[in-house]
Amino acid sequence: MRLASLKQLTMTRFREFIREPEAVFWTFVFPLLLAGGLAIAFRDKAPEQAIVGVVSTAAGDDAAMRVAKALLSAAQGDSAVLRVRRVPADSVEEVLRTGTVALVVVPTSGGGVEYRYDPARDEARAARQQTDDVLQRALGREDVVPSRDVTMRERGSRYIDFFVPGLLAMNIMGSSIWSLAFAIVTQRNKRLLKRLAATPMSRFEYLLSFVLSRLIFLGLEIGVLLGFGSMVLDVPIRGSIGALLVVAFVGAAAFGAIGLLVSSRSRTVEGVSGLTNFVMLPMWIFSGVFFASSNFPAAIQPVVQALPLTALVNGLRAIMLQGVGLGGVLPELAVLGAYLVVSLVVALRIFRWQ
Amino acid sequence: MRHGGHLDEVVAPLALEVAGLRKSYGSVTAVNGLDLSVARGQCFGLLGPNGAGKTTTIEICEGLNTADSGTVRVLGRTWDTDAMWLRQRLGIQLQETQLADKLTVQETLSLFRSFYDAGRSIDEVIDLVQLGEKRTARVLGLSGGQKQRLALACALVGDPELLFLDEPTTGLDPQSRRQLWSLVEGLKRDGRTIVLTTHYMDEAERLCDNIAIVDHGQVIALGTPRQLIASLGADNVIRLGLGEPAPTNAPVTVSVDASVSLDELLHLPDVTGGRVVASGYELRVSSVQAVLPSLLRLAESRGIRWTELSTHSATLEDVFVALTGRELREG
Repeated sequence: MRLASLKQLTMTRFREFIREPEAVFWTFVFPLLLAGGLAIAFRDKAPEQAIVGVVSTAAGDDAAMRVAKALLSAAQGDSAVLRVRRVPADSVEEVLRTGTVALVVVPTSGGGVEYRYDPARDEARAARQQTDDVLQRALGREDVVPSRDVTMRERGSRYIDFFVPGLLAMNIMGSSIWSLAFAIVTQRNKRLLKRLAATPMSRFEYLLSFVLSRLIFLGLEIGVLLGFGSMVLDVPIRGSIGALLVVAFVGAAAFGAIGLLVSSRSRTVEGVSGLTNFVMLPMWIFSGVFFASSNFPAAIQPVVQALPLTALVNGLRAIMLQGVGLGGVLPELAVLGAYLVVSLVVALRIFRWQ
Repeated sequence: MRHGGHLDEVVAPLALEVAGLRKSYGSVTAVNGLDLSVARGQCFGLLGPNGAGKTTTIEICEGLNTADSGTVRVLGRTWDTDAMWLRQRLGIQLQETQLADKLTVQETLSLFRSFYDAGRSIDEVIDLVQLGEKRTARVLGLSGGQKQRLALACALVGDPELLFLDEPTTGLDPQSRRQLWSLVEGLKRDGRTIVLTTHYMDEAERLCDNIAIVDHGQVIALGTPRQLIASLGADNVIRLGLGEPAPTNAPVTVSVDASVSLDELLHLPDVTGGRVVASGYELRVSSVQAVLPSLLRLAESRGIRWTELSTHSATLEDVFVALTGRELREG
C-alpha cells in the first residue's frame, strides 16, 4: 500500500467532484428540496375533510330538499368533517372521474339517497361512511351507545418520519452508484484508465480511492439530510448516531461496489446510464422508500427483502424510528455485506482497463 | 541507478528486443512477424502509415496488450515475470489520451508522480516541458500542444529508463510540433532511450538515430535515416508535370501524354527508378545535372511542354514510396 498515491487518487476524486457544480447540486440540494416538498405536502393539519357532491334537485321535491339541507348544515362550522358542493345532475360521472369530489349524493324520490363512489378509493369509502352518519344523525337517528373520541398524534408516526430514512437510503444508493459509474466510464472512454494502467499505480488502490472519497461525501450527505430532517421537519432519531453511521457506511460501500460492477465494462456514459437505471429502478419501486415494502404480495417478498436498498431502508428506519441498536439490524448488515463482497470480487475480475 | 536495485542486477545491453511478434484481431492481422532491437541510449523510430501495426506493436512492448506469438524483452525482462519492475522504469505516452479535465497541470503531475518509487520533482518536469505559466491552469483550458507536453511530462515524472512515445505530434500545429521536437532532442542529449512511432517522415528523420519502416505489420526496411535514403541509390527526386492542370471545377483526370512513357524515362542514364503520379511522373535520379539535359532534349524532340519540373533531395518519404508504391499519408 502506497499512502502517497492513495491520498493523491482520493484527492483527485474529491477535486473532480467538487469542481462539478451540477453533481454537488444533485447530491445535496435535491434531497433537501424533495424532503421540504414532502414536508409541506404532509404537514400537520386537521384531519382531512372529505369533499362530497350533492346533486341539485328540482324545485318542489321536498324530500330531496330535506336531504340536501341536512347535509349542507352538517358541513357548517369548524368541526365539520365534510365539505359539500352542489353538482349538476349531468356531470356526476365527470366529477367522480376527475376526483374533484370523493362521493356524490343523489337524493331519490321518496326521501331516500343513493351514494355514488369508487369503492377502490380509500377516501371515497371513508366519505361514504361519514356522509351516511352525518345524514342519518341530522335526520333524527339516535346513537345507541354514547361514544367519545380521544385522538393522539405521536412524533415518529407521520409519513415524513417514515420517509426521511428512506430518502437517506435512496440518496446513498444513487450517489454511490452514479458517482462511480460516471467517473469510471468517463475515464475509460477518454483512455485515461489505460494511461493509469500503464503506470505502476496499484489497481486496488485506484478502486479503493473511490470508496474513500465516497465516505467523505457520505458524511456530508448524511449530515445535511439528517440535520434538515431533525431540525426543520422534527423527525426523531431514536437510535444512536454511531449505529446509524455504521449502517450508512456499510450501505454506501455495498452500493459503491455495485457501482463498480455496473461500470466495469461499459465504454460510454450512455451505456452505463441505461445499466444504472436498470439496476436502480426495481429498488425505487420495491424497496419501500415511499411506502412500506410489506405492501407487495407475499410471493415476491423474498425478492423484495433480498434487495440491498430494502436492507438499507429497513436498517435506517429501525435505528431512527424504533431506536434499535446494531444488534437489531444484523440481518440487514449481512445482506449489504454480501452485496459488497460479491460485487467487488466480480467487478475486480471483469474490470476493463482499456 | 536510482532504483536501488539488487547488486546482481545485470544491465541488459538492449533496451528492447522483439522477435517474431504476431497479433491478429479476428481476421485482421495487425502485426505479422515483426522483429526489432533497440540499443540503450538510442532514439528509435517506427515509421509507417496509419494501420501499419505500429501502435499494436508499441502497446505490446508497453505491456498493455498481449501478443499472439513472439517474444518481447524490455530492459532485459519480460512482462510475464517482472511487470511491476518494468512499470516503475518505463515512461509511456499513449496516442490520444485525455487527462482529467478538472485537474490542474500541477495536480495531474502530482498524481502521476505518486505512483513511482523514485523520480523527478514536479517543478523540474514542469520547467522541462515549459508549462511553468500553466502550472495552476486546468487541463481543460490547455491548447493541444500544451496538453501533449503535459502528457510527455506525465511520462517523465518517474525518470524512466525507457520512454515510449506513440504519435507524439499527431494533430499538432507546426509550431507545437517543433516545440515538442526540441523537447525530445533534449531528452536524447540526456542519453535517454526513446522508442517513438510516427507517420511523419520529417519527424522520424529529425529525431531518430535508427528507423524501422513498418508496413502491413512487418519491418520492411531498417537503418539510420542516412542509410535508408542511400538505399534508394538516388540522391534526388525529379517531379515532372505533363499537360495542362485540370480546371478546378472539372473532374480531375490524369492526363499523361502518350508521347512519353514511364518506361522511356526509366531508360535514361542516371535514372534509378520512378512512378506515375497524378498528372505526371516522379523519377529517382542519382544526379540531377546528368538527367536534366536528357529530359530537356526529349521534351524538345517530342514537342512536350513540362507544366512542372521540380527536384528535391531524397527523403524517407521517397524510401517508403520506393518500397511500397504508396505514400505514407495515403495509409
